Amino acid sequence: MSRGSLVRGGLFVLVLATLPSFGLQHWFLNLMVFVLMFATMSSAWNLVGGFAGYPSLGHAAFFGIGAYSMALIFHGHVLSNGYEPFLLLPLIGLISAAVGFPIALIAMRTRADVFAIVTITFLFMVQTLAFNLRGWTGGSQGLSLPVAPFPAVSFEEPFYYTLVLLLCFTLLVTFGALRSKVGLSLVAVRADEDKARGIGVRVTGVKVLAFCVSVGITAMVGGVWAYYETFIYPQFAIDPLITIAVVLMTFLGGRATLWGPVLGAFVLEAGQQTLAYRLGGSQFYLIAYALVFLVIMLLLPRGVLPTLGDRLRQRRRARSVDSTSGGVTPMAAGAAEPPVALRRGASA
Amino acid sequence: MHALVQGVILGVLTGGVYALMASGQTLIFGIMKVVNLAQGAMVVMSAYLSYQLFVSFGVDPFLAIPVTTVVMFGVGVGVQLVFLRPLRRDDKSELSLLVTFAVALLIEGLLSITFKTTYRSINTSYANSSWTVGGYQITVVRVYAFALSLVSLGLLFLLLNRTRFGRAVRATVQNPDSARLLGVESEKVAALGFGLGAATAAAAGSVYGLLYPFYSGSHYDLISRLLSIVVLGGLGSVGGAVVAAVIVSTSSAVVASTVSPAWSEMTFFVILLLVLLVRPQGLFGKVGRGAL
Repeated sequence: MSRGSLVRGGLFVLVLATLPSFGLQHWFLNLMVFVLMFATMSSAWNLVGGFAGYPSLGHAAFFGIGAYSMALIFHGHVLSNGYEPFLLLPLIGLISAAVGFPIALIAMRTRADVFAIVTITFLFMVQTLAFNLRGWTGGSQGLSLPVAPFPAVSFEEPFYYTLVLLLCFTLLVTFGALRSKVGLSLVAVRADEDKARGIGVRVTGVKVLAFCVSVGITAMVGGVWAYYETFIYPQFAIDPLITIAVVLMTFLGGRATLWGPVLGAFVLEAGQQTLAYRLGGSQFYLIAYALVFLVIMLLLPRGVLPTLGDRLRQRRRARSVDSTSGGVTPMAAGAAEPPVALRRGASA
Repeated sequence: MHALVQGVILGVLTGGVYALMASGQTLIFGIMKVVNLAQGAMVVMSAYLSYQLFVSFGVDPFLAIPVTTVVMFGVGVGVQLVFLRPLRRDDKSELSLLVTFAVALLIEGLLSITFKTTYRSINTSYANSSWTVGGYQITVVRVYAFALSLVSLGLLFLLLNRTRFGRAVRATVQNPDSARLLGVESEKVAALGFGLGAATAAAAGSVYGLLYPFYSGSHYDLISRLLSIVVLGGLGSVGGAVVAAVIVSTSSAVVASTVSPAWSEMTFFVILLLVLLVRPQGLFGKVGRGAL
């Protein structure tokens, strides 16, 4: 498994890193920038929503906090080489993690439902504040950032590579979590939090850690987005649809897997950008979104990767059983499901 | 001082409407352990229904309530049957949360296509009239709305405490497994319960359309308020939701009138966090299971 995922990861990074050198058109690079944003955010959401089983509905708020931090730092400044905002991203991540820390500490004392309630309420509160604190955020007038002084020919590339780095960082964090005690603790929390606490897992610690890392990464993506857009408004920077998109992508690809959220983001964000271009009006697009979501939840609640992985494993096992004894039915072999942790590990 | 009292009057009167919306939401949670994020969307949908009835047929929003509640009851039962019942998994509560979010988006999308996204308001002849009592403005609509909420909550109380169905609902809330063992058809109770929750949203929605201008995205404003109320009252406790609605609504109206409307939205969140710090189960909630 280790060598396989190493090869897969290396290939993925290689393809992403060399992609712009093929002389791609601007629309495609622009699309890739958004795909990478959502792939990073979905992978980050996966740490809390997937592994720990605490569905945060407030990640869009942290995206917005990152975007507004970036805008507030650089509003009215003149950039020299254009790379300063990227260098400040870790700071923005830390600020947002610090904002998320007390919220996680309080919200995670209770069950997952209440956690979802607190995070979604936080989302709408931050949005209202962004509208109302006109002195800082400019209210609905929005806030401008300096335009990046990159040459028009390769304007998207710095953003693209920054996001590739962010995505790799997130995937490495996830990979590390998968293979460490922290990841195991998170899975234990999702399976049965009380029992996990009972056998000595530091439940609160790992949950809060996962949340802070997750929202920190999300805020960094928000910062890149703000710099890319150069003008941000409350309704777009803090949009419930961002939350729903991230959740949907993670669910589509497969929760609590390494590649699931990335797959989901590549499929859905590419589809969404195309759809938005074709349909234009945002209302149809809202309905399409809701319907895709409902279909995935009802028909494929575990996501593509875990479902496919199970199919493959069942077939492989059936074949090996056939070749050894020949007598045992494949169904009986497939019915013995491996425990959650094993299954998840194998599909990563 | 004047602003404070004015805020309290406004808050208490509006609190009745929120109590109605929140009682449906907490009921749904109590029965099915589903946090219904579509409750706000159902309120807005029913506001549009009574808007349309008023514009096309001149039906007064208060008189439209029987129609909207029946329609929304049907919608609620439909949502439960089509989207929530098929979820049969260990992580049902997590999935149902996301499914109701998707339902909210679906309703929002359908409403914005049907009615566009401009603000609507129901302008009845009495919409802007008000009484002045001891120097304080009391709008007629809010008094009516408050009275209507009391009547509706009374009916809900009777339904829950005096009928066979109500007894089945209360039994399911207290202990689903025992209720099932004693012959309560939990599937049926769940469907009807979701319908009932949607019906309270409908009654509240007609009034909401009278009190505030609304558009298809208004349900986002409602969600955070309703959820704070429900958590403060104790998830699953209808009585708690009523008390909490008045507390939350009054405090946010007071903040709006004395400090600044910009910070009134903050009130919900601060109350929510304080509740979770001091008493995570809410005012009337019980640890581990719902109460009524």
